[in-house]
Amino acid sequence: MPKLTVNGIEVEVQPGATVLQACEEAGFEIPRFCYHERLSIAGNCRMCMVEIKPGPPKPTASCAFPAGDNMEVFTDSEMVKKARHGVMEFLLINHPLDCPICDQGGECDLQDQAMAYGHHSSRYDENKRAVTNKNMGPLIETIMTRCIHCTRCVRFSTEVAGVDQMGLLNRGGEVEITTYLESALDSELSANVIDLCPVGALTSKPYAFTARSWELRKTESVDVMDAVGSNIRVDARGGEVMRVLPRLNEDVNEEWISDKTRFACDGLKRQRLDKPYVRGVDGKLAPASWDDAFAAIATKAKGLSGEKIAAIVGDLADAESMFALKQLMGALGASSIDCRQDGAKLDASCRAGYLFNSTIAGIEDADALLIVGSNPRWEAAVLNARIRKRWLAGNFPIGMVGAPVSASYDYDQLGAGPETLSQIADGSHAFAKVLDAAARPMIIVGQGALARADGAAVLATARAIAEKFGMIQPASSDAEGNEVPTWNGFNVLHTAASRVGGLDMGFVPGDGGRDTAGILEGAAKGEIELLYLLGTDEVATSGIGDKAFVIYQGHHGDQGAHHADVVLPGAAYTEKDGLYVNTEGRVQMGFRAVFPPGEAREDWKIVRALSDHLGHGLGYNTLGELRSALIATHPSFAELDEAPTAEWGAFGVSGEMSGDAFASPIENFYMTDPISRMSATMAECTETFVNAKAGRTGTEG
Amino acid sequence: MSAREFAKDQPDSFAFSAENEETIKAIIAKYPDGKQASAVIPLLDLAQRQNDNWIPVKAMEAIAERLDMAKIRVMEVATFYTMFNLAPVGKYFLQACTTTPCWLRGSDQVMKCVHDKLGLHGHYETTDDGMFTLLEVECLGACVNAPILQVNDDFYEDLDYEKTAELLDALKRGEAPPVGSLAGRNKSESSAGATTLAQMRPAAGED
Repeated sequence: MPKLTVNGIEVEVQPGATVLQACEEAGFEIPRFCYHERLSIAGNCRMCMVEIKPGPPKPTASCAFPAGDNMEVFTDSEMVKKARHGVMEFLLINHPLDCPICDQGGECDLQDQAMAYGHHSSRYDENKRAVTNKNMGPLIETIMTRCIHCTRCVRFSTEVAGVDQMGLLNRGGEVEITTYLESALDSELSANVIDLCPVGALTSKPYAFTARSWELRKTESVDVMDAVGSNIRVDARGGEVMRVLPRLNEDVNEEWISDKTRFACDGLKRQRLDKPYVRGVDGKLAPASWDDAFAAIATKAKGLSGEKIAAIVGDLADAESMFALKQLMGALGASSIDCRQDGAKLDASCRAGYLFNSTIAGIEDADALLIVGSNPRWEAAVLNARIRKRWLAGNFPIGMVGAPVSASYDYDQLGAGPETLSQIADGSHAFAKVLDAAARPMIIVGQGALARADGAAVLATARAIAEKFGMIQPASSDAEGNEVPTWNGFNVLHTAASRVGGLDMGFVPGDGGRDTAGILEGAAKGEIELLYLLGTDEVATSGIGDKAFVIYQGHHGDQGAHHADVVLPGAAYTEKDGLYVNTEGRVQMGFRAVFPPGEAREDWKIVRALSDHLGHGLGYNTLGELRSALIATHPSFAELDEAPTAEWGAFGVSGEMSGDAFASPIENFYMTDPISRMSATMAECTETFVNAKAGRTGTEG
Repeated sequence: MSAREFAKDQPDSFAFSAENEETIKAIIAKYPDGKQASAVIPLLDLAQRQNDNWIPVKAMEAIAERLDMAKIRVMEVATFYTMFNLAPVGKYFLQACTTTPCWLRGSDQVMKCVHDKLGLHGHYETTDDGMFTLLEVECLGACVNAPILQVNDDFYEDLDYEKTAELLDALKRGEAPPVGSLAGRNKSESSAGATTLAQMRPAAGED
């Protein structure tokens, strides 16, 4: 390991580390524009100059210079200061002085570094260069005159997003960043280039000119648009969420978030439920007070036996409200409860059977991957970037059983459905040899393979594959005595943020209870008379409105609310404190950024208040008490921000699998939940990226 | 100088000629498997030669497909090198060097002559008859015989106002004057004739 001194401080760095990294290690900040630790090194901004001895008597770009033994690095010598001043002066020659009208103002690398390294005034009195703006789609606003050509966006889209669409055209003083023929950047991660852009050349189109960064209240939270649980920062002004930005979490989302996570937040302002509604005798929903709404429910529930009551929770529910609802249902004697509104045949009895056991970061340790019935690019865009990262590192064969998808990595299309899966399981398929040869193979089972009648059998087959090909390995030591950690390559990729939390607390049918399909069937037949929907918007409730009494608790007037008899206005994920368990089983805490609109309340409070009206008061009055109760019964919720290691066990039910092909549950990445369906930005993305490709115009039925 | 622009009228398709297809195979075979992207510059050159000295976007796409590259990567290369024309040019593409050595040796006169005779100024301007396009360029690397005017692939050297006028007239008549120095210089020898090694080396013992 090279040992060197930085400004007289000795540091030892990993072999292959750069001088810039060594300087950081020693505690010296090096200004930079083009260097980004997750992207390849370009070395073209020249801002990170340092003086290195021994070496030529000129400043060196530290980002691209490998640290060597016995080097002496100086970051604040006269030569370095002069070099940085000079580079900054050149950068500012063609950079417009439009900070007052620039959305990057206040959070701009160039602005900050010009304060530290810039001259007080410009010596340049020629005309500045002007560059035509480029079209990059509905999310990215471009003001290309501001561009300093660091090429971070080009490197990101090529390396991380896997779309070779951005490039740097021309040369010298005429270079321009553009997408190919100004097409929209077709990636689910495209808007990360906005964060990467060190200046205001690429900014957020939906957020343009709406707020200044210093006016915003910043709240750290967790995303619920998919089951990855990306760490986010919610920026709000007054009662309005202005934007969502990623937060660093190496284990989950690194520093990326998907475009849906980032831009669906405008859906929080539309079609909101801000007061309770009760369906009147005229069959129309009419605004009501909380007391009236609760009274209507209490009247209906009075004397109703438990088997006629059921509850389904939706994809965005927080763990606390699910737990409160589960306890309320338990108190009412109802065992027909389900958190799998898509009907996935997941087994709540064995935790390893529904978690992403290898963990997201663990993908980087795998050496072969079998994807079953999933389109990771749409179901978990950030996780997909991790698969691509592993694939780019080489020697990572990927097999796909299911519908062919446009992935950001090469894969072998093995087959369409269970038949291929069986062949792999019995070893007759060619890919079985690949899995056999791999030391740490992994399998990803998507909801497309599980949310079907034979889902339990598919799950059992997947388990058989995991066991047969050594995907489950206990900790051991290799021939040289080094410890080899446990490896569990069996992974279920969820699409709903609430799903793992629901399964963890057993929000599944109890003894004699019905699952989602059974509940809906029972409700249509009149066997279920009271149906409680907690944010359940993905099941067809249209047919049961008149047979069963439907309570919808949620935040948007979407499918679930339309056919409800009582609507209880709840809080969206930005409006409540809550625990969410991601697909890995990682418990993460989200925080309230703004208050729910109007009379809407936090969801657990609604369930708690209703429990009093039903005569089964739940014994907690604060969120803290509720969490204590939750942790007391389900200790897994106490381990915040940690990916659990789940015990391997038996799950799934062996049986006949149908010949039907696996299909991804997501038809349109940009609209998967009530929030994104209400988002104008997501509608535009659908128009640009989904409909355009399908040849649809958006006007057909 | 503003950035080079793509032609507004682009052909709908582009295909390499059968002859060029053979050449392409030979070019790609020079590079190891998986490194065929290295062939992008020769292929762009072929496309330009086949297509009247300019490269349409469709040709870049055809090359990208052939070499298994992203289209934007081919476009980056094509726009980086000014030797690749992105829009149609005249039958005679004149590149006048005005970098210091040529300038010292009278490139202003060459430019003035082209302007006087053809009305061109120097940034991809084309005469109305489509015969000549002029581009003012930086060093062509033939300073020794400055000033230089490059006509398509050929260098015409040691120019002045009159010689440029004669050259342009000859080109207009469809002639192809012999390339090289127009001042009668042999290759890049001194204009005053050879000054070194003028005599045979004295035989041993004679000095």
